Amino acid sequence: MRPFSYTQSPDVTTAVQEVSAQGAKFIAGGTNLLDLMKIDVMSPSHLVDITQLALNTIEETPDGGLRLGALAKNADTAYHELVQTRYPLLAHAILAGATAQLRNMATDGGNLLQRTRCYYFYDTHTPCNKREPGSGCSAIKGYNRDLAILGTSEHCIATHPSDMCVALAALEATVHVKSSQGERAIPFAEFHRLPGDTPHLDTNLHPTEIITAIELPAKGFAQHYAYLKLRDRASYAFALVSVAAALELEGDTVKEARIALGGVAHKPWRVPEAEALLQGKPASKENFRAVAEAYLAGAKGYGDNTFKIELAKRAIVRALEQAISMEGKS
Amino acid sequence: MKENYTGAPANRVDGRAKVTGEAKYTAEFDIPEVAYGVVVNSSIAKGKIKRIDTSAALALPGVLQVFTHENRPGYTWLDSHYQDEDSPPGSPFRPLYSKEIMFSMQPIALVVAETFELARYAALLVQVDYEMQPHETDFKANLKDAYRPKKYKSTKPPEPRGDAEGAYDQAALKLKETYIHPPQHHNPMEMHAAIAKWDEDGKLTVYDKIQGVQNSQKYLSNAFGLKPDDVHVISPFVGGAFGSGLRPQYQLFLAVLAARELKRAVKVVLTRQQMFSFGHRPNTLQEISIGASTEGKLESVQHHAYGETSRFEDYHEDVVIWPGVLYHCDNMKVSHQLVGLDVYTPLDMRAPGGSTGIFALEIAIDEMAYKTGIDPLEFRLRNYTTTDQSKGLPHSSKELKECYRQGAERFGWDKRSMAPRSMKEGNQLIGWGMAHGAWEAKQQEASAKVVLSPEGKLTVSSATADIGTGTYTVMSQIAAETMGLPLENVTFLLGDSTLPKSPLEGGSWTVASVGSAVKLVCQKLQEDLLKLAQKMENSPFKDAQPEEVSFANGQMFLTQAPASSISLLALLQQNEGKPVEAEATQKPEKEQKKYSSYSHSATFVEVQVDEDLGTIKVTRVVSAIAAGRIINPKTGRSQILGGTVWGIGFALQEHTVMDNHLGRFMNHDLDKYHLPVNADTPATDIIFVEEKDEVVNPLGVKGLGEIGIVSVTPAIANAVFHATGKRIRELPITLDKLL
Repeated sequence: MRPFSYTQSPDVTTAVQEVSAQGAKFIAGGTNLLDLMKIDVMSPSHLVDITQLALNTIEETPDGGLRLGALAKNADTAYHELVQTRYPLLAHAILAGATAQLRNMATDGGNLLQRTRCYYFYDTHTPCNKREPGSGCSAIKGYNRDLAILGTSEHCIATHPSDMCVALAALEATVHVKSSQGERAIPFAEFHRLPGDTPHLDTNLHPTEIITAIELPAKGFAQHYAYLKLRDRASYAFALVSVAAALELEGDTVKEARIALGGVAHKPWRVPEAEALLQGKPASKENFRAVAEAYLAGAKGYGDNTFKIELAKRAIVRALEQAISMEGKS
Repeated sequence: MKENYTGAPANRVDGRAKVTGEAKYTAEFDIPEVAYGVVVNSSIAKGKIKRIDTSAALALPGVLQVFTHENRPGYTWLDSHYQDEDSPPGSPFRPLYSKEIMFSMQPIALVVAETFELARYAALLVQVDYEMQPHETDFKANLKDAYRPKKYKSTKPPEPRGDAEGAYDQAALKLKETYIHPPQHHNPMEMHAAIAKWDEDGKLTVYDKIQGVQNSQKYLSNAFGLKPDDVHVISPFVGGAFGSGLRPQYQLFLAVLAARELKRAVKVVLTRQQMFSFGHRPNTLQEISIGASTEGKLESVQHHAYGETSRFEDYHEDVVIWPGVLYHCDNMKVSHQLVGLDVYTPLDMRAPGGSTGIFALEIAIDEMAYKTGIDPLEFRLRNYTTTDQSKGLPHSSKELKECYRQGAERFGWDKRSMAPRSMKEGNQLIGWGMAHGAWEAKQQEASAKVVLSPEGKLTVSSATADIGTGTYTVMSQIAAETMGLPLENVTFLLGDSTLPKSPLEGGSWTVASVGSAVKLVCQKLQEDLLKLAQKMENSPFKDAQPEEVSFANGQMFLTQAPASSISLLALLQQNEGKPVEAEATQKPEKEQKKYSSYSHSATFVEVQVDEDLGTIKVTRVVSAIAAGRIINPKTGRSQILGGTVWGIGFALQEHTVMDNHLGRFMNHDLDKYHLPVNADTPATDIIFVEEKDEVVNPLGVKGLGEIGIVSVTPAIANAVFHATGKRIRELPITLDKLL
């Protein structure tokens, strides 16, 4: 770990000023950044502690949505009454991630900004375009069981590791950000990037911007939802494939379907055109499978991870079935 | 008082110290003026260091030195001086010996600084240029170059019996399959650590994470040219080891080297990532051929293993002895070859060879049972052996049939339907599988000392280790029972090289070896106490022989006339206020050589497999264990529970991933190297089957450290087959293999 300086910001205005210094980064829960600093994958020269900013509330919005302060803890969010009742998909997704201890520390804003868990990204002795642009991708020809099958590039096949973000993508949340230049709102689908030829950039957040809140629209799909996470052990493992499924039904007919995939791409993966295939159709296994096929069209396996293509299709079908039956949910 | 003696579930005598933090592990010893060492490891697997630039690191104020092959002092570099009690044949790794790189993550420098943080930072500033050479780390691709070692580290594979090939050709039913398991790393909770401190008189004091302090003592005295008495190694608590502490690891050598050069105490603690930079359970491929009659009688078994090793040592473990130990078959042929790769030498890991060989053999047997259409448990009964054919000796005791009976009954095995995929619930396929296993019950020579204070407190000691197994507790129980003292009056000391000689804590032999020595030394103490009693006036013990007296409730008495008694406290007053001491060495009895001694297990497992998604959940485990006398069923149960959890990880999760392009293990932390979490571990039912053995050792114990794991892995694999109809022969069994 390299030496760094540290300040604690009293307010958002100060924080965005301080972070504009060369080599500065925000720190909140620190559940990912500190790990990466210890192994020299990230080495900010200055840390701006934002834990004292007044951004930790969860409030209803005038249009019936919910505003999650960027510093609300993952655990507090998942167990918040309004999240549990109106956005249970989000609660389930958060609780499928990490461990109780990590969720107690991690913030909602930080969850969006966590880095990939690609083995090579984590080992500074190996080439990695995300860590060191231009050094090459070790994973494409190396061990890639956990890595992406959709939206990859010849430079990077990393996945975004979050569970929470998969639900936020399905729920079409909005990310509110602020800098000294002002504020802007980023639709969730545009927040994370695909690797392309800039795999070192995970998101479209500018380095001098701070996330202030994540806003959920009024529609929470609390009647029919499922978060299905498939992984190599029952807890404390990142998804091989995860599916956030949300349905609005009229009898047996699908009025609206939302599907987002985790563990398969550099960002939570949505294909609105494929979702639309279900619109007005009976909620049947055949129709679900047709959507799944459309979702995975264009998927590319790299050897160890090729199984994810079929697994993701089956996971979509199962998640939609679970969303219909709501088995085991109160 | 009696409830704490042997056979009773005594609480750990060190439990309070552990939960309050009073128990000190190696890195926790507070040594004044200690400097901190951080290791730099190589990026490449094979080649040479062209240039190593330490100037930026040394330029930082507070950095004391950076040790590399260029400036290391010229101590003895004769490689035999680096051998230790667990070294395989070959040339041991010598840290900082030369510019040559022999494996990825090889330690190439030690940065020592005033603080840990500074040393860690300076380690990042060490610049290394390599001359790369092509490496070979691909196990399967190098099988063609497998060789038979000149010397076998463990048991030489047994000679062929009968005509295995001919019998196979003529057998009505044949099976020939290949079984593979990946490299696995030990990953105890406590990372390896050492603190070295040289005294002004040239004596060395070392705190080390090790499974045998006297092994470190011998290693250091050889490597640094010291008299053994000048090396004092201390290791009172070990936070798990599983074999990783059988050999002194490089942090020990580096700490001692740095402390000597810098003339101050140096502490070196490895990181979790660096726990992947030395020994591991080797990647192993096994070819098994079985011929059987339609009635399920084994006609031929051939078991050929190929295990990974390094370029510099021939690591070998007992993978192929198991067919001869576990089954009756007159035509057997086995072999074990090694595949040399550019990796660090593999290292014994919990049930080395046993968990490897039995995993493959027990799946193969299940496969053959299915070919015959005979229930897998019945198939094993039809091929039961009362002798160990690999050695041609009878078993000193073997209650495996009772393990089958009690385990099957508890599990409800008789309700199983034979056909795969026949026990479905919704989209969950239910599978029931079983396997059995064995582990050799060995006894090594060990010594112990006992001191009975004038206050009646008993201190027993031996230089063994407690790697979490319960050594402190069990030894205290044995001594308390033998001397008839309350458990709280007994203190057991271990983990100090000045104590009486003890073997490494490994091989499940500690209670058999050290426990027997503790019993013997207590008996010797009894004789000394009897002599004291005989010196008293009008002593009722005047003509008593040692075997005629008993000890209980703090009293010595004539067994036939309990009223003739004397309290130990009164006796001790006869010794003029001095303690009474005794020392003894217990060697294995010759009688043992006429028998083969093993502990046995039978494990029954239920799994649920999602028929679409391939996710596997172990929902029930019953393990029945026959391991002689159980000294402490509570700590013993913990051993078997730990083995069960390990078996689940072994079957479903554990796998160190080698990137053959880089020649490097890539999943080197506990986020990426998976071990079971609580949610992966089901309710586990453990049965200790009664087994009497008067030959195996004076205590009649067989050891519990390893028998708990061996049959769990194949039982899970067999249950997965029963659930899905898919036979997975390469571990770990992950969901993608079942899609």
